[in-house]
Amino acid sequence: MLSQAPTLADFGHDTWWVIIIKVLAAFVFGVVMTLLGVWFERRMIGWMQVRPGPNRAGPFGLLQTLADGLKMAFKEDLRPRGSDRLVFLIAPCISAVCALTALAVIPFGPIVSIFGERTPLQVTDVPVAVLVLLAVSALSVYGVVLGGWASGSPYPLLGGLRASAQMISYEVTMGLAVVTVFMLAGSMSTSEIVAAQASNPELSIGGATLAVPGWYVLLLLPTFVIFAISAVGETNRLPFDLPEAESELVAGFMTEYSSLKFALFMLSEYIHMVVASAVITTLFLAGWRAPWPVSVWDGANQGWWPLLWFMGKVVLVMFVFVWLRATLPRLRYDQFMRLGWKVLIPLALGWVLVLGGTRVAQVSDLSRSEQLWLGGAVAAVLLLAVLFWPARRQPSRPSPAEQVAARPPGSFPLPPLDLQVPPSPQARRAVAAKRTAASGRSEAEPAVKRPLEGRAGTDPEGGEQDG
Amino acid sequence: MELSAYVPIIGLFGLAVGFAVVSLVAARIAGPRRANRAKLEPYECGIEPTPQPVGGGRVPVRFYLTAMMFIIFDIEVVFLIPWAVAFDQLALGGFLAVTLFIVAVTIAYVYEWRRGGLEWD
Amino acid sequence: MTVADVLLLGLGAVAVGAGLCVVTTAHLVRAGLYLVVCLGALAGMFLVLTAELVAWVQVLIYVGAVVVLLLFAVMLTRAPIGASGDLDRPGWPGLLVGAGAGLGLAALFVDAYRWTSVSLPDGPDGPGSAGVLGGELFRSWVLPFEVLSVLLLAALVGAIIVSRPDVGASDRGAER
Repeated sequence: MLSQAPTLADFGHDTWWVIIIKVLAAFVFGVVMTLLGVWFERRMIGWMQVRPGPNRAGPFGLLQTLADGLKMAFKEDLRPRGSDRLVFLIAPCISAVCALTALAVIPFGPIVSIFGERTPLQVTDVPVAVLVLLAVSALSVYGVVLGGWASGSPYPLLGGLRASAQMISYEVTMGLAVVTVFMLAGSMSTSEIVAAQASNPELSIGGATLAVPGWYVLLLLPTFVIFAISAVGETNRLPFDLPEAESELVAGFMTEYSSLKFALFMLSEYIHMVVASAVITTLFLAGWRAPWPVSVWDGANQGWWPLLWFMGKVVLVMFVFVWLRATLPRLRYDQFMRLGWKVLIPLALGWVLVLGGTRVAQVSDLSRSEQLWLGGAVAAVLLLAVLFWPARRQPSRPSPAEQVAARPPGSFPLPPLDLQVPPSPQARRAVAAKRTAASGRSEAEPAVKRPLEGRAGTDPEGGEQDG
Repeated sequence: MELSAYVPIIGLFGLAVGFAVVSLVAARIAGPRRANRAKLEPYECGIEPTPQPVGGGRVPVRFYLTAMMFIIFDIEVVFLIPWAVAFDQLALGGFLAVTLFIVAVTIAYVYEWRRGGLEWD
Repeated sequence: MTVADVLLLGLGAVAVGAGLCVVTTAHLVRAGLYLVVCLGALAGMFLVLTAELVAWVQVLIYVGAVVVLLLFAVMLTRAPIGASGDLDRPGWPGLLVGAGAGLGLAALFVDAYRWTSVSLPDGPDGPGSAGVLGGELFRSWVLPFEVLSVLLLAALVGAIIVSRPDVGASDRGAER
């Protein structure tokens, strides 16, 4: 049964027509998953917001994205006057090409036979496959930053800069996270990482041994959390969709794009999401291997069945992406960068050290004292880091009153700083209605009226307590 | 290493490039072309476009610093990768070397934090 | 001529051509793009020479990070759309130095290796694979590796001091 699982030696020997079939299949997978992914997202968000979502084009609105895409082809292709002709043209191409190329190293399943040819259900695999994924996602920064710059327009430029700074920041976290995966798997090839998660390592707790599932989501839970967060940041999805924050930047780097160029950007965004889901599935959810209750059945990891498990897991991860979007508000840019640089990176570095120390203690059979020394050294390093960690120094910000006092003479006059939010008209009406109802009891009236006036800011003494 | 394993990657790359070019050409053919002056202005929510600064404007220096940090950490990651792959054969020596390396980079990182280089306001 | 030879020659031509475009174009940001092509071709050459890890590290670091930094640096000062007319430095000294260095190096290498032929390593565990490279790096080359960390430290500290004199560990920050 294990011979079904491909190893690195199984790749690179396909005949030419098998290669063509697999390449085409990966391409179609990317495009179809985009078409379905957009529909899925809109339907899911509609469902979460108690509205139907797209349901007109085709059964259940399945053809909605296709209709949108076709419509875009018939839209006018505008290029703003101040733009850079060449770069404006190739930026969306870079985005789409990078996103699609990443699909080449995703393992979809074990060795199957296509028209009598036995071949792994994966376009190709190389010893550095995960590095290829990282490199390709590093390249997709270009589409964003160049697209924003070449538009010759302020919103896209700001959006492109934000996006590129965001993507490079979260790429570091991503890279640090996968290091721990390599450490456990001992390989960077995606098919071997999937194979490494097939074994059930035995955990001994107080003499009793029990086999735990080898999925890295359990063995490397911190890595999984860090990787998942940075994958959301890397794909520019809510709550990290600052590059195209509609309320601030219209549509970010793609503001000036129209027609199919815009469609290419959208396509690459959704393929990025699909690829990110597939990578999370591969690295942490054991890829195409069947989940536990099914894996009891011997045939679960053979033939074409694994494709089903793989797709199920990918859709599950994509659902989480959509769920996040429907649930969380967008972060502010400084909060976002703080999360990346000040929280995730130290966490990832510390986790690499801790895991490395533990593994070293396991692998090299050290004596008791040596183990103690090692543990002590790691603990000392961590302790030093914590001790010397830059405390969060709150800059002593002068109060508004001090700032006003510090202004040079002759500055503009300022309105009073004790402005308070007046009560809403609704509340006013409610109080008025109450008052007319209770007009008989005149002694209750001032008690209701007094605090309202104070809140409206008409009371000169009421505002001072905040100054 | 087998170079033949890269052929499908190049194939998919080529297919993607072809797809992108075809869509650009298709949009050119299928779309109408009725551009006027207002359509070709940069989009700024309907107001008159702000005049472009001479020389293309400037970008806050923070972005540069972020990119610099990115390079440093990227290099760190790149050195951690062969260590992680060869982890089982390196054992203690490799771990100590990497710890030293990480500590050195962390010093720079803490310094930057203290100087406020990580602040975005 | 094997396939590897043809690939090497082709990629070399692409790299040199893109390099020429970098120095001749008057569009600053496009020059960065040509640099991407040049470095990408270089990565392809590493790949053909079976240095797989190095090839992708080249893409990851040089194409994905260093050129992004360059683009930021260009935008930091000025990144006009369209050609910059004031880039017309006299080309002759540069041409002379560049051509001299290139031809000199080429002559040196041709003379050093002449007709020596190197057969490319085969199999998954060649000297370019991550495992072998990691073993070498952390056994034979530990000292340079550690020195490198000091270099990185210096680079980052320098970048902070040069680029942000306004924010400081000292009390000058309070003046702002």
